Amino acid sequence: MSEENKNHAGVPGSEPEQKANAPENAGEPLAKESIAGEAGKGPAETGAAAPERAQAIAGNDEAALAARRKAAEEARAARAAAAKAAAADGAAAGGGEAPPAPPKEPSPNQPKLDRLVRIITEKFGPSAVVESYINELDRHLPCVVVDPSVWADVAALLRDHEELKLEYLRNMTGVDQETHMEVAYFMLNLAEKQDYCVKVKTDRDNPEIPSVVSVWQTANWNEREIYDLLGIRFTGHPDLRRIMLPDDWVGHPLRKDYVPLDPEV
Amino acid sequence: MELDLRLITPEERTVLERNIFLSTIEQIKAWARSSSMWPLQFGLACCAIEMMATGGAHFDLDRFGVFFRASPRQADVMIVAGTVTKKMGPLVRQLYEQMAEPKWVIAMGSCATAGGPYVKSYSVVKGVDQIVPVDIYIPGCPPSPAALIYGINKLQEKVRNEAKSGRRVINR
Repeated sequence: MSEENKNHAGVPGSEPEQKANAPENAGEPLAKESIAGEAGKGPAETGAAAPERAQAIAGNDEAALAARRKAAEEARAARAAAAKAAAADGAAAGGGEAPPAPPKEPSPNQPKLDRLVRIITEKFGPSAVVESYINELDRHLPCVVVDPSVWADVAALLRDHEELKLEYLRNMTGVDQETHMEVAYFMLNLAEKQDYCVKVKTDRDNPEIPSVVSVWQTANWNEREIYDLLGIRFTGHPDLRRIMLPDDWVGHPLRKDYVPLDPEV
Repeated sequence: MELDLRLITPEERTVLERNIFLSTIEQIKAWARSSSMWPLQFGLACCAIEMMATGGAHFDLDRFGVFFRASPRQADVMIVAGTVTKKMGPLVRQLYEQMAEPKWVIAMGSCATAGGPYVKSYSVVKGVDQIVPVDIYIPGCPPSPAALIYGINKLQEKVRNEAKSGRRVINR
């Protein structure tokens, strides 16, 4: 909220605002004050901007402009009222800023994830799994980040393990995260309809990840595509050439630092 | 048998005027060419779907003498229907060079005209006129079959006009 206010009111307005922010635990007065500030500044700001805009736009647009301004004010008032109500609720509950979030329910796939991590770490040690989490946005998909040095062996284990049997690599994709390069593998156990995601991170300046073509044949063209567009080299790939761009292409265009050779053509 | 124009009676003259018309061989050629423009049968992207619809029964390109040919050796017109990528560019040029003279090019849709929505792409040629000389540009994304027919009509008009006036609009 403070940022928004600064943008609206400019430098002079931000001074009392910061003062209001200082007492952190005094939740209710803070909320009220900043809301009042916003509501007070709102019309003044639009009022100042309106003549300029009205001059710029043709005369018959003025009515539309006024209607829009009125709608914006109403929306702002409604928001302020809602925030006030919420603050009052919080005060009634115990004076805190917001009601404490209820403890999050564990994901239904948490056992799956734990089991996957155990299978990997049992064989390759705890350093093999860098990170593990549930991707709640994607049907609570269990994800693990695997250390690249053991990735080829981990991949073979995932495919052959009699409990996991991840025999089908359904998708594979590379991402330039600007701090590092990342390749995500999405595997599926076809018989039991269980799927997992494995990510492997690598250095951005010298991106290199072991190839999994010997584990899943599907990876062949996918790895060529990722090499083509991001420049990640897959060591052990039988035929790591460009797959979509012409062979004489310079650079890897999906890297964030890509500079096109011929932007005008 | 000799023909003396002075011996033609006024009655004969009206009959002759009704049945003989004079033209130049260039104009006759242009009339024949413009009435049988055979495009090279290839499509590069979604514009090709509209092009196929134009060739189908409902819009029926055949009625303009437009038949798609599967070989560049038999084609007069190249309809560039779709996005030309930098990888495809040399192939489009090669097809154009394989076509026999006289030949024309229609750039169909915004991609072939100027890159279209892919104007900021790293892999798309921003206009096929960087590769081959274009006669007709058809705007649209994709152009409707009616727009393609209009473009072909414009090309026919152009061929006839060039023959009539002797001017060339573009230098090949």
